[in-house]
Order: sequence, then structure tokens, then C-alpha cells
Amino acid sequence: MTITNGTTGRLGRSGARLRGDGVSVVPYLMAGHTGLDTTRELGKRLVNAGVGALELGIPHNDPLADGPVIQRAAQRAVDAGVTLAGCLEVARDVADEGAAPVVLMTYVNPVLAYGVERFARDAAECGVSGVIAPDLPVEEAAATGSVLRAHGVDLVMLVAPTSSPERVAAACAASSGFVYCVTVTGITGTRTDLPAGVRSVLSTVRANTALPVAAGFGISRPDHIRDLAGHADAAVVGSALVDLVDRGQDPTPLVKELVTACD
Amino acid sequence: MIESRFGRFGGRYVPETLMAALDELDAVWSVAREDPEYWLVLHGHQDGFVGRPTPLYFAERLTEHHGGARIHFKREDLCHTGAHKLNNALGQALLAIRMGKRRIIAETGAGQHGVATATVCARFGLPCVVYMGAEDARRQEVNVRRMRMLGAEVRPVDSGSATLKDATSEAIRDWVTNVGDTHYVIGSAVGPAPYPALVRDLQRVIGDEAREQYLSAERTLPDAVVACVGGGSNAIGMFSAFVGDTDVDLIGVEAGGRGVSGVEHAAATVAGTAGVLHGSMSRILQDGAGLVRATHSVAAGLDYPGVGPEHAMLAETERARYVAVDDADAIAAFRRCTALEGIMPALETAHALHHVGDLARELGPGGRVLVCFSGRGDKDMHSVAEYEEAHR
Repeated sequence: MTITNGTTGRLGRSGARLRGDGVSVVPYLMAGHTGLDTTRELGKRLVNAGVGALELGIPHNDPLADGPVIQRAAQRAVDAGVTLAGCLEVARDVADEGAAPVVLMTYVNPVLAYGVERFARDAAECGVSGVIAPDLPVEEAAATGSVLRAHGVDLVMLVAPTSSPERVAAACAASSGFVYCVTVTGITGTRTDLPAGVRSVLSTVRANTALPVAAGFGISRPDHIRDLAGHADAAVVGSALVDLVDRGQDPTPLVKELVTACD
Repeated sequence: MIESRFGRFGGRYVPETLMAALDELDAVWSVAREDPEYWLVLHGHQDGFVGRPTPLYFAERLTEHHGGARIHFKREDLCHTGAHKLNNALGQALLAIRMGKRRIIAETGAGQHGVATATVCARFGLPCVVYMGAEDARRQEVNVRRMRMLGAEVRPVDSGSATLKDATSEAIRDWVTNVGDTHYVIGSAVGPAPYPALVRDLQRVIGDEAREQYLSAERTLPDAVVACVGGGSNAIGMFSAFVGDTDVDLIGVEAGGRGVSGVEHAAATVAGTAGVLHGSMSRILQDGAGLVRATHSVAAGLDYPGVGPEHAMLAETERARYVAVDDADAIAAFRRCTALEGIMPALETAHALHHVGDLARELGPGGRVLVCFSGRGDKDMHSVAEYEEAHR
């Protein structure tokens, strides 16, 4: 595996945003969930709400790592005919705000169908900083990672509570921008409490990388964010926001509440 | 070392959370498949519980009907529970016990794999959850009742097209969540490595027995070996014993549904393109945006948008070839075989039988065709009646 460790991409250069005294909040929106125009407006609003980055989900109709809330959002977008090209346009408009980096969360097959090289070029051109691919473990990530990085786009690797020490080390070495630490053994979706073992996973990851570490899956409440202070640099909040969007509500107040959780 | 890749196909495109469990399964299978003790126990259950070896059967009247090549069936329909599925479920249950994983989950399409898994779980006293598309559960209601009778919990899946693809995704999500104490008994030669190789190894008993029986009965090998292909487990089990016999044609028969020129079919090898589905790179049915397409087949067990990665490789290297048979031809073959041989095939098997007819006529007298008779058709009475009602 010939992925260089380090901060080669845009997230690397702007990665300082994820560092700070508290825990940066990284909100997640499903692109096209209730229409691309709504995603664009919400995205612009959220990047200006003091967040560390915005994660934009690319809809897929077989989202293996996602719970019912994000599955349903993806299906709504797919049924409405939302395309990857349309999602990239939204990413461009949100990134153009210059307020926070935009990271895409996508399953690998839509990227393969679009063409990895074309995807990397277009994502870079739209100002996308990084890509998270939940079904692309280290073993399968090398080729895609090097194409993305050649265009200055980071590929963020994931670590799970079930990852062996060897796998944690390999994922950290293969990651750029930041490392995404899955906090729960499971799929996306809100939980009342974070699992007890989350801090030990985060500290194992921390010991293996100088990159910022983001925690994700199951995070939805201010006390979750406070629990992560000192252990994670950033917290990704997905299903709780997607659920609000699904019900036609504005997720910005919750994001602002989470952003100030550590104040 | 268990194959992870079959040419450019295969691999492990799954959430990181599952990688440790796949590593463990790989390690356990690497040891077990070299361990005579594992096979001794498995063979014991195959003899008494499954009913192996299954017979090789000369289909005399079907041969006469087509007026060409001699047709033999490898009678997997005579396995306990009525299909080849039990070969895999039994082998994997023994592995789960080895790994100390007591909770078993499975996905099912036609219900055959779900019934097979529920059956071995009853036999070994393991709790079992089966995910089944709500649409399939409606089409195969008797199998739902069988699974429940055997003590399994059947969870209908409403997402997506509510068929096998969605049931498989839901089983994978369950596994991601409960991976510590749960083994996922995948039902076909699909999924992330090591599953395609594991399922092939466990189904290879079909081909090994058939090859030996054929040589013993006919003193030669067949010209062609035919099997139906959904995910492709009965086919890969059959083919793997003959793949080294380069004079033997290997032919996989996929579901042509309402015709492969349209979109209402499930012929992933014939009409699909390279892509990732359920953890492996293979040939899949997808649109230009990489979204998995809805499929159709009158046979629930073939109604799947992907195919095992080893089949994708066998197609690409041209060691095997793949054809599609549509709903109407499969129904006709179902009736023909039932009437002429007194053996009611599963609708999945009927797809292969239709092509066997074409092939027998093409090869002519003196030719020889062996087909994997993968399952029995009692479960399909409702589907056949429904089809004929709609097409009267």
C-alpha cells in the first residue's frame, strides 16, 4: 500500500478548523433529501453557523452503513432523480461561502459509475475538501485514495470499535485530512447515550495519528459533544439533523446548540 | 489462504466495523477446511440429516422429448428441505459453533435459504433471525410459516423493492450492529470475501458427487454442465468440480424475466456491468449513476441484481458462458418436466431446464448434458398459478 501519510489535501491545509479547545461540530445533510435547492440553502446556513466542516451525503439506494433515517432520506433523493453531478453543484455553492470545508460522504459504487478520475477532478473543481466512503476499507482504498489526492482531495478513512490495533494503525496511515472514528458497533442513527468504550477507541486512534480525529454515528445531543471534549477534535451529527429535515424543519437551531455545547 | 479476489472481481467493500469479523471468518475457515475433524462431522450430518449423496438421475422421457443429447439431473431437490441450500447452511452453522457465535442471521429470497438456515438452527439449538423482503414473504408465504415453525424469527423488510437485495442489506446492517455474538449465514456465493469462496467450498459437494457418479454411470464426462444462477451458489458448487475439465462446457442460466432487452429481468452476468453490491465487486444490474436497479423474475430465488464474483470472472475469462431464460420459457419447462418426469422443479431450476432442452437439441443424439436440479417446485405452485392467471 503506497498511500502517503499526512495532510496532502485541502482538509489538511484547512484541517486546523477541526482543531481547537472544544469539539468542532460537523453537520451532515443528505444531498437532495427534500430537493437540491433546500440542501443548498441549508448547507450555506450551516457552514456559517460556526461548524468545523459540512458533510454532504451522496444518495445511494443500497446504503449498507446507514440506519432507517438516512436510508429514507437517500431513497427520497434517489426517487426524485438527484444525480451525483447535481450534488457536486450544491457542494460548489456551499464551498463558495468560504466558511467551512465541504466533505462528501459517498458509497463507492456511485463513484465507480461516475468514474473515479472524473469524480476526483470534478470534486476538486467544485471545492470539495475530502471524501468519506463507508464501504471502502483500507484494503480497497489505495487506488481511489491516490486519484483523489492527486487532485488535492483527501480520502478520510474510518476506524470502528471492532478494528484491531493493526487495522487502526493501517487506517490512520492511509487517511488524510482527518480520521473518522465510528463510535458505535452499528449503523448510523441516534442513540440516547454514547457507548462506554468510545473514549478508549478515540485514544487508540489518537495514539496512531497526528491528524484531527472526528467521532461519528449516534451523536445528537449537547451532552454527547461535551462527553467527547478532550477526546475527539470533531463530532459528526447526521441522523438527528436529517430527521428534522425529513419533517420539514430547520436543523440550524440544533446545530447552533451543539456548536455552543462546549462553551 | 482463501481467495479474496477472482480476477478483478470480489474483495471486501463493507463498513470497517465488519472487517474484523471477516478476518476471523477467513482464519477459521482456513483452518477448518484443512481439518479432517470438521469434514468428518459435516459428512456425518450430510449422510443422516441432509440425505447425501443425492442421486444422479437419467431423465429418460425428457431426453426422448427433445430427441437429442442424453439429459441427467443431479438431484439436489432431494436434499432435506428441498434444495441445495442446506449444504451451505449446515457447513456455516458448524463454523459458527466453532467460532462461539451462537446467534445466527440470514437473508432469504424464495425462502429456501431461510428455511435451510432455520432448519440447521433448530437442529443445533441456535437462535435464528431471517430477513425476507416483504414482497417475497407474500409470494412465499408457506416458507415463512415453515421458518416460524422451526423457531426462527422472520423479519419482513419493506425498504427498497422489498425483495432479496433489501433483505441482504438489512441482514448486513444487523451484522454490523451485532457482530460480536452473531454469525451471518449468507445464502449464496456473493458478499465480501471470504464468503464467495466459503459458500463455493461448501456447495462443491454437488459437483464432486455428480462428477464421480457421472463417470461411474456413463464412463465419460458430459459435454455440458448447466445450472441456474441467481447469486450462483448451486452453479459454482457444480462448476468447480468440472472447471479443470476443459472439454466440458459450463453454462449458467440467469433469469431473463420479461426479456433482457428491457429492464425487467435479473440477468446480471448476461446484461450487467462491473460494480459493487453487498460487499464485492462483480457484475451487477445498475443504472448509469451506479444505483442498483430493480429486478424481476418469476423465480424469487433468481430475483437478485448481482452475481457471485467467481461467476463474473468465469464469464470474463470465457471458461463458463451465461445465458438468460425468460419467465414464459421457465414456466413451460416447469410444466414439461413435471409432466414428463414426475419431478416438479423449482422455478429457479426450470430456467436451467429450458436451456437444457435447447442444448440437447443442438448437441443431438450422442451428446450429453448434466444439469444441477437445484430444488423442488412445491413452493412455486402459487407463483405458477398466479403467472398463468395473469397470462391467460
